[in-house]
Amino acid sequence: MEMLHADGIRKTFGNLEVLRGVSLTANKGDVISLIGGSGSGKSTFLRCLNCLEHPTGGEIRVDGDAIAFRPDGHGNMEPASKTQMRRIRARLAMVFQSFNLWSHMTLLENVIEAPVHVLGVDRKQAVDEGLRLLQRVGLYDKRNTYPAFLSGGQQQRGAIARALAVQPLAMLFDEPTSALDPELVGEVLKVIRELAEEGRTMILVTHEMSFARDVSNQVLFLHGGLVEDAGPPAEVFGNPKSERLARFLGSFH
Amino acid sequence: MSSPLEAPARARRRWLDAGTLTPVIAALLFGAYAALQMRWDWLGNYYPLLLRGLGMTVLLVIVTSSLGMLLAIPIGLVQVVGPKWLALPARAFCTVIRGTPLLLQLWLLYYGLGSLFPQFPWIRDSALWPILRQAWPYAFVGLTLSYAAYEGEVFRGAFKGVPKGQLDAARAYGMSGLLTFRRIWLPQAFKRAMPTLAGETILQLKATPLVATITVIDVYSVAAQVRQQTYLTYEPLLLISAIYILMAVAITKVFARLSGQGQDNTAFRKS
Repeated sequence: MEMLHADGIRKTFGNLEVLRGVSLTANKGDVISLIGGSGSGKSTFLRCLNCLEHPTGGEIRVDGDAIAFRPDGHGNMEPASKTQMRRIRARLAMVFQSFNLWSHMTLLENVIEAPVHVLGVDRKQAVDEGLRLLQRVGLYDKRNTYPAFLSGGQQQRGAIARALAVQPLAMLFDEPTSALDPELVGEVLKVIRELAEEGRTMILVTHEMSFARDVSNQVLFLHGGLVEDAGPPAEVFGNPKSERLARFLGSFH
Repeated sequence: MSSPLEAPARARRRWLDAGTLTPVIAALLFGAYAALQMRWDWLGNYYPLLLRGLGMTVLLVIVTSSLGMLLAIPIGLVQVVGPKWLALPARAFCTVIRGTPLLLQLWLLYYGLGSLFPQFPWIRDSALWPILRQAWPYAFVGLTLSYAAYEGEVFRGAFKGVPKGQLDAARAYGMSGLLTFRRIWLPQAFKRAMPTLAGETILQLKATPLVATITVIDVYSVAAQVRQQTYLTYEPLLLISAIYILMAVAITKVFARLSGQGQDNTAFRKS
């Protein structure tokens, strides 16, 4: 069952063509890793999927719901219906590289914010569910703590709980471990791995090659705004068709 | 293994520090001197007037700071996200008000507008005229505009200073622009602005005596009146100095309490 489909996504910043037609289809339970060097456009692509960046061209469909676009007056496309976009965004949970937990709210308040104020879930129910999710990512004890008092790994696990709280159709991870100290990476990857194993649909921009190899069923290698190589991880990592991909993978050893 | 660092640390009582104690003793000695050696018999005659003046000063600070802050938020906001036709006037307003003395603004309002208004019969005949004839509306308007301009700048910086990632997260979870503003942007900007606002509100308090120059009776103008009528100079000035200090302390406490909200680590508040 198709959850997320993007077709021919293009994005230019001024004269710079960052994406030159990138497509992707995520069916239910797919874990798709986007890899590539810096500037390859993988984060921009991810941010186009929920329209945090306005794409220049292309089509996006979430759970069968095609996003309606119109010109935004800057040469790009913006969602034509804010209501539709908000509805879609609320179910495409994003986990950011720099966590972006809301700093003026406790962990629990962060987790229940979107369910209560965007999805209209009853507050008590949201709190119960939020506590359960915090328990799950091992942060129940920190539920009343502000993000500034948490380690990077704890903040990112909290951000994952916030993402789970909206019962997402698909989860978008934007380099979730890149801002972490090496010794904190493991605890976050462990949580993401568990989510992959329980059949969540996830798109993952990452530099953790061995992790991408382990958890994903599809890997896309982006270069210069195009998908240079794609396929199951065993193929992409074991037998890279493109020379650039081989060189890219070689740089991790 | 014990080290010299583990020697029992003697907890020092902070209020016994020389640094705290010296001014307290000095204030007590000075207070005793003032009470015994200076003349305070005028207080019997003037205290109703003093209270009235004090009431006006307190009202001026509270009302003009509150209204000024309500104006400052949009003034700051439009300079960060607003269209040019809103951002430019807001910018100009801040530049003009902050670039001219408050005394001048009060005089232009009171003597300028105040003498312009009666030339228009429809104003003179309006129901508002009995109010517009008095001085206090001009004082309130002048002080409100002044506070709005200074705090508009503070809020401009505060809105700008909220990291983009915080707003990205709000958008990514489907919040509308208004909801993002109400739930994320404004509270975070407020938190950033709070320490500055406390200081600025004390400055606002200390700007209020200027209203005496347009015949509004505030606590300072009562002191001036006492001096004129009793030839006592220092007694009334010392008294209102003490009053201003107490009010400044009160403002500090109010803001400390306001910014303390949402900081504590244990309370989970219903919103």
